[in-house]
Amino acid sequence: MGTGIAAIGAGLAVIGAGIGIGKIGGSALEAMARQPELAGKIQTVMIIAAALVEGAALFGIVVAFLQG
Amino acid sequence: MHNFLKNTFLFAILVLSGTSFASADHPVDENAPESLGTDHEIRTTEEKEFEAAEHAIHHVLDAHDIHIADGLVLALPVILWTENGMVTFMSSEFHHDDEGHHIVPKNGMNFVKIHEKIYQLNAGDDHVLFDGQHHPMNATAVTDLSITKNVVTLFVVAALLLFIFIRAAKQYKSGLPIAPKGIAKWTEPGIVFVQTIAKENIEAPKYQKFTPYLLTVFFFIFFGNLLGLIPFIGSPNMTGNISITILLAAFTFVIQMVNSKKTYWMHIVDPLGHSLPWYGKVPLYIILLPIEIAGIFIKPVALLIRLFANITAGHIIVVSLIAIIFVNKNVGWAGLSVPMTLFISVLELLVAFLQAYIFTMLSAMYIGSAVESKHH
Repeated sequence: MGTGIAAIGAGLAVIGAGIGIGKIGGSALEAMARQPELAGKIQTVMIIAAALVEGAALFGIVVAFLQG
Repeated sequence: MHNFLKNTFLFAILVLSGTSFASADHPVDENAPESLGTDHEIRTTEEKEFEAAEHAIHHVLDAHDIHIADGLVLALPVILWTENGMVTFMSSEFHHDDEGHHIVPKNGMNFVKIHEKIYQLNAGDDHVLFDGQHHPMNATAVTDLSITKNVVTLFVVAALLLFIFIRAAKQYKSGLPIAPKGIAKWTEPGIVFVQTIAKENIEAPKYQKFTPYLLTVFFFIFFGNLLGLIPFIGSPNMTGNISITILLAAFTFVIQMVNSKKTYWMHIVDPLGHSLPWYGKVPLYIILLPIEIAGIFIKPVALLIRLFANITAGHIIVVSLIAIIFVNKNVGWAGLSVPMTLFISVLELLVAFLQAYIFTMLSAMYIGSAVESKHH
């Protein structure tokens, strides 16, 4: 039972990461479409924000690892 | 040319996948000479069921030897600090035993290795007794100062950094060169990149004091991550080891605290400043102050967990994809497993650079917020 719940927990954490990074990517694309000359800067900020969101999701994965 | 490559690649995948169906009903009979007994006996002499999860976890942990291939194992020195002084021997004396069966006697003490941890057997016992959770009951853990796989990787990365950057730095001794030669050609873009990170996040001219630390952290993590992606040297998972990441985050934390100025602490305990009278701030601060204090510690913890989990998860994914071949016990599955592993490995190259960049940038940001001067 423990390992099953841990896997579900990890899956939920990944859903959070997927939604978060998807939103970041979507708004970055919109911003780049509105102002193509800022595309380079927007891309850099997008990558940074994606790595931070992924860090939060990995908190959840680590807890799932420790549990199961 | 492009079409030819694409067609060859697809054909190779098809053929290799096809072989997995061809041998589906070929019976495993390597135990035929020993099958004089019943079915039960054949099962005990057959190889163990391949545990993919356990294999993957074992791969990302530290080890007392470098396992390059089956049969090619580099033994590393085991250095233990016991009450009777320092005990050293090569890990080959354990004869690849990880379950506590093989005892190594040294200086009157008996040592066993269980799941890569070294224990000293209590005096008078000659085998290990395990309790319910597979922990040894009659052996105590020993202070282990061995040169393990991660320590060897640490030395290799340190040697690489020293070699490359001391040689590059020699060129800059007599002022800035017009165009760098040799190894400096490769390092100058990287150094300017990290210096830019420092300049953006820390005020001038204070950024110069911290650029050496940021350079060290960036290139250490970057080279450590890259080294972990090379399978031929045992794929060492050094930056994915929580002790190493704790150390790196602790460095950032200590540097941040030692160099913190009054402005920083005023921001922590009094974020709203003059924008509200004191009676307006008190109810807010009851909630805000614990969060701010916790934030001081949580930010470095997030740094270390981010690096540790990203790198370890990448390694586990790569090992699990290769393990597809072994779980299905058929080499035909390589047609599916190897392209997927290739894709993930390329992604891991990006992650290697990105995690080094994120760690360095956030360290610079935290140090910058600690040393910022009163400007508003």
